[in-house]
Amino acid sequence: MTDPNDPLRVIPTDAPPIGACRKTGDSLPPLTLMGEHDLCPGCGEPLALRQILDAIDAMDMAQRAIGTIGIGCYTALTSLMDIDLIQALHGRAPSVATGAKRMRPETLVFTLQGDGDMVNEGLQEVIHTAARGENVTCILLNNGVFGETGGHMTATTVLGQRTKNSIEGRDAGEHGFPILIGDLLARLEGTAYCARASVHDAKGVARTRRFLDRAFESQMKGQGFSFVEILTMCPTGWFLPTAEGPDYLDQELGAIHEVGELKKDGVLIES
Amino acid sequence: MPHERRLMEGSEAIAEAAIAAGCRFFSGYPMTPFTEVLECFAKRLPEEGGACINAESEIEAIGQAWGAAATGARAATGSTGQGLSLMQESMSEITRAEIPIVIFNMARGQGDYFQATRGGGHGDYRHIVLSPQSVGEAVDLTQLAFHLADKWRHPVVIYGDYLIAHTAEAVGIEAIDYGPLPEKEWAVDGSLGGTGRSRNVNPIGMEKGSKGIDPNGFWQKLADKEDAILDAEQRYEAVDTEDADLLIVAFGTLARFARAAMRDLRAEGLKVGLFRPISLWPFPKEALAKAAEGCKRVAVLEQNAGQMIEDVQLSLLGAVPVVPIGGISTDPAGFGIGALLDSDLIAGRARDAHAGRPVPRGVVS
Ligand SMILES: Cc1ncc(C[n+]2csc(CCOP(=O)(O)OP(=O)(O)O)c2C)c(N)n1
Ligand code: SF4
Ligand SMILES: [Mg+2]
Repeated sequence: MTDPNDPLRVIPTDAPPIGACRKTGDSLPPLTLMGEHDLCPGCGEPLALRQILDAIDAMDMAQRAIGTIGIGCYTALTSLMDIDLIQALHGRAPSVATGAKRMRPETLVFTLQGDGDMVNEGLQEVIHTAARGENVTCILLNNGVFGETGGHMTATTVLGQRTKNSIEGRDAGEHGFPILIGDLLARLEGTAYCARASVHDAKGVARTRRFLDRAFESQMKGQGFSFVEILTMCPTGWFLPTAEGPDYLDQELGAIHEVGELKKDGVLIES
Repeated sequence: MPHERRLMEGSEAIAEAAIAAGCRFFSGYPMTPFTEVLECFAKRLPEEGGACINAESEIEAIGQAWGAAATGARAATGSTGQGLSLMQESMSEITRAEIPIVIFNMARGQGDYFQATRGGGHGDYRHIVLSPQSVGEAVDLTQLAFHLADKWRHPVVIYGDYLIAHTAEAVGIEAIDYGPLPEKEWAVDGSLGGTGRSRNVNPIGMEKGSKGIDPNGFWQKLADKEDAILDAEQRYEAVDTEDADLLIVAFGTLARFARAAMRDLRAEGLKVGLFRPISLWPFPKEALAKAAEGCKRVAVLEQNAGQMIEDVQLSLLGAVPVVPIGGISTDPAGFGIGALLDSDLIAGRARDAHAGRPVPRGVVS
């Protein structure tokens, strides 16, 4: 029998529920300080963060980990991350991660950045950090927009994508072409591991986790720079009904920013 | 262990003093006259088990020093005019994030006084600025800078120049004990994940475990700290000010030339004193006001179009007339090795100021 007054109850799901149940329990997942956040319904960023925290927890690295955080919607998630963090400026997390890793080489150092943060404002940071073979993991949450400012075009916005400043859809003649940042970083010699994942469905979420595990392992082996790009839904910034987010991510952004591993153990994976 | 005095260029002396103070991280981007500071760190830090990075730009340089310092290490960066301009976004945010970091501003003359003391970044912030007049003093102030940065969890800028960077003087470098410091419990060493007490060193007042921020509490804490620094950290030197009827105010290298001029003027029987602010922020306002008591005039000698003079006027609040006797003075390369660095010329201008005659304005050539 479940006791509704026991905050740590686990509700059995092998039989019909005895009453109206809205959650399976009040216990928090690993490395999480709060059970709520302010991001939009249907946002992919909390899903990606869950995989990052689970990966750190599974490696038993929570007490040897430092995250450096960019500025975007995900910044608000720092208040629930039970990991030591350094908040960086917009675009500057790779430099901050570099300084931290040089002084604390025994720790797992990662960045958490968006496409606006990493590929617009701070592009040279991530490129040079990769080229130096800096032994850190940069994590990109790529939703193809500045979510935080309300849905503006970024360097990864795909052709045809509607944003507030490409309202008829991104046009190559007027707005130029998207940067496929994962492909670009994979080609730098300092990059040891490089992969692109997507959280549009359960399989994608599982693959995200696998790629994060490999990137973190690569860093702890001292192989050099590692990079995981995670495509995330942003229904708000895409001006779409929430439920259409996953399909749009898979079929529009995913068609250009193709998921898969791009480099492993310093060797490019040809598609 | 006392070290032997030896002839050392200012850049090398600064790097050695920083290392003696425990600095283990440096990042920078070459620019005259700062370049040799970077070169010395690049040579010496690896030998000391530290790291020096030749950064991709000044923006990355300060970002890397930010990350190193946030983990609790003593870390520094530096540059010159333009490079410091690029760093301003970080300098303002680092101040709010309360990260102790030392920034060597090897300026091209004194035209960057406002940049150093006001800061070109956004928002409400000040950082401590120390200005040495010689290589020997740079050695002491560099070590003091690391101490004050840790004491207050606040950035400290060393305002040097071409002459400090490139003049060789006989100095001995040994670690100076400025007293005990609090443990760096705030430092992000990566050890507190999963404990419920993990840290987030940030410039926006984010607190873990609660949504949103408390802006009033955040700003109040910073304001209280700045008030405390204002009270505690004013530094200056006052020479022969008691009987002076003309007080020269000068900082950095130029103050040494002023002192030579003052000696000549005293020998002529003119009662001239010298007031040298060592901390440019906090500016030693009360001490200057006291030194100027009984003077007929205060002459501000600075190598720019008139920047520190505003702090002098704010200190004196009209009690004594203030006249500028410096001006922009540069070599063709813009390094500030100009005609004003001449004690005879300075003495001439001080004589004019003393007599109430007009002093030439504008470029000194
Ligand atoms: C220097 C600077 N420029 C602009 C901004 C405003 N700004 C805040 S978040 C943001 C966009 C973030 O986009 P992204 O990194 O893609 O994150 P998302 O919100 O999409 O998760 C911008 C432009 C800023 N904080 N700093
Ligand atoms: S705007 Fe987009 S990225 Fe930001 S919280 Fe909403 S859905 Fe997520
Ligand atoms: Mg984005």
